[in-house]
Amino acid sequence: MSRISQTMAALRAAKRKVLIPYLVAGDPDKGTTLALMHALVAAGADIIELGIPFSDPSSDGTVIQLGAERALREGTTLHDVMDIVRQFRAHDATTPIVLMGYLNPIEIMGYEAFASAAQAVGADGVLIVDMPAYECAELFDAVRPRGLDTVFLVAPTTTQSRLASICASSTGYLYYVSLKGVTGAAITDKGDIKSKIEHLRTMTDLPVVVGFGIKDAASAVDMASISDGVIVGSALVDAISRLHRGGVATPDDLAATVAVIASIRSAIENIK
Amino acid sequence: MSTVKPEQVVGATAADPFSGPDAHGHFGRYGGVFVGETLIAAVEELDKVYTTMAGKPEFWAEIDRDLKFYVGRPSPLYVAERLTAHFGGAKIVLKREDLNHTGAHKINNTIGQALLAKFMGKPRIIAETGAGQHGVASATIAARLGLQCDVYMGAEDIKRQSANVYRMKLMGARVIAVESGSRTLKDALNEALRDWATNVDNTYYIIGTAAGPHPYPRMVRDFQSVIGREARQQSMELFRRLPDALVACVGGGSNAIGLFHPFLHDTDVSMYGVEAGGDGLETGRHAAPLSAGRPGVLHGNRTYLMTDAAGQIMETHSVSAGLDYPGVGPEHAWLKDIGRVNYVAATDTEALEAFRYLSRMEGIIPALESAHAIAYGCKLAAQLPKDRIVVINLSGRGDKDIHTVAGIDGIEI
Repeated sequence: MSRISQTMAALRAAKRKVLIPYLVAGDPDKGTTLALMHALVAAGADIIELGIPFSDPSSDGTVIQLGAERALREGTTLHDVMDIVRQFRAHDATTPIVLMGYLNPIEIMGYEAFASAAQAVGADGVLIVDMPAYECAELFDAVRPRGLDTVFLVAPTTTQSRLASICASSTGYLYYVSLKGVTGAAITDKGDIKSKIEHLRTMTDLPVVVGFGIKDAASAVDMASISDGVIVGSALVDAISRLHRGGVATPDDLAATVAVIASIRSAIENIK
Repeated sequence: MSTVKPEQVVGATAADPFSGPDAHGHFGRYGGVFVGETLIAAVEELDKVYTTMAGKPEFWAEIDRDLKFYVGRPSPLYVAERLTAHFGGAKIVLKREDLNHTGAHKINNTIGQALLAKFMGKPRIIAETGAGQHGVASATIAARLGLQCDVYMGAEDIKRQSANVYRMKLMGARVIAVESGSRTLKDALNEALRDWATNVDNTYYIIGTAAGPHPYPRMVRDFQSVIGREARQQSMELFRRLPDALVACVGGGSNAIGLFHPFLHDTDVSMYGVEAGGDGLETGRHAAPLSAGRPGVLHGNRTYLMTDAAGQIMETHSVSAGLDYPGVGPEHAWLKDIGRVNYVAATDTEALEAFRYLSRMEGIIPALESAHAIAYGCKLAAQLPKDRIVVINLSGRGDKDIHTVAGIDGIEI
């Protein structure tokens, strides 16, 4: 059983919701990303989605675009992302890491090289925003034998026929996109999300985690109460944008930056 | 001009290697649908609608009517006699897309796509633009059909192409400055994709070139193929034979694929796609992914890209805003690999020189994009015997570029 599945199973058994923060690797620099990852776990993160910075993040809103730009100004490469995971894993053997990003950096590295590096450093899953499942045959051949989970997005616009193929291609969890738009926009139709997730439940036993548009404890409680948990990206990356590059972030700085995650953790703790 | 027959645009067959893409939009290993999940349903719907419409003669008849009475087609095939005499080789013939309404080939595509938007009941269209030609062509057709039109344009390009910005505004479009990334065409495309994902219910995205997720590369090619169909027929009428060589500039590659596609089966017709060589391929400061890039994935398709070793998209350099793009249409990527089309580059200096000599010798001021094709095409003609015919696609007129060229001359207009 993969580290992600173990984590999900344990949370389910305890009737707790999963909390998955997203941050861009190398934003504002590599050392701070590593420190932030440990701080996130201390603040109650169950899984971490680590963003691979890309020059053209066309599914992301301004906040995460700027995060990627900061990381790229630092010269962060996919090799650096792997290195961050390696260092994190040396001190945390249990928190799963999902590498999330756009296809081109992975394609240029090569699927085999990517998958073997991801396995070697102790990453647990991969989520490629702009790669639909039916284009993934070669990628699956590289990542599946190495035990990496493949997470896919489900959107409000996803058709019934695609749902079946996405469910069949997904392992670990399903990432339900709460809105039509880019990361960091506002959720407008909670009723629709609820019915779509209920429908998804009839098709898969995978945990369904909601992301895009969750920015505080209230929106997290809204979404977590109708799903298995939440992914929080822009709200965290926005807090990270206030950290200074290059300097050593103090424990107070780190705690202030991950405060949004801590407050969401405590808010979703009592949802049954 | 004759309409496209349905079998020319539906599906690939083993018997006809050039009738691609396949059902998932692949030309060989290139193309595909690499977009976020939110947009997948939209491109699948578009594919379905387009496939249905492409099978209807009345759809093509309506487009042909617009091309004739609104755009002013057919565009002439013009023998450039002084240019031919000057270079002393093959006959140099220009396909005059610059004479179309709005001054470039871009309108051939927006007419077709706007008709689809209307048919799909979308009241709003969005477009990305580099030089502003596609933005103008989109604003034009939006005005005519009474559609709301928002055009994304890199802040850097807005500075370079202020006349086109004003033209779009005159026709009622909103021009939205894109400040992200390198603030050029690729960033305008990113921003348009973000808008589309957000407003997918009421918005149709008119991509201006033969790139992007399937079905755009196929659709734009089909709409632009009127260039090649006319050129074929006109060449037969004028010369009683097909040309020996076709030359077109390639940014995303829509005017080139439009000219080339109807000739792909004609093995005696050689083809040259001319990329933006910028300061020279050896300097790395250019926009020539087919000549000096590598395959990757950007903006919905797998194709040749200007990408660094870490997989980041590189900034491109060209004197022409319309060629300043790090990718290229996937069908060109495939045509390069199979060797059917030769892809070459012309530098900024060569293009500027062509801009000047075409103006002086023929009284035609070409777009800087098209000047790349002129530069290479004339060089090619000079090396060929006098009984050969070289057709160069003059994809747009140069009025929009006079500020740029004057600036290079140190003159303020």
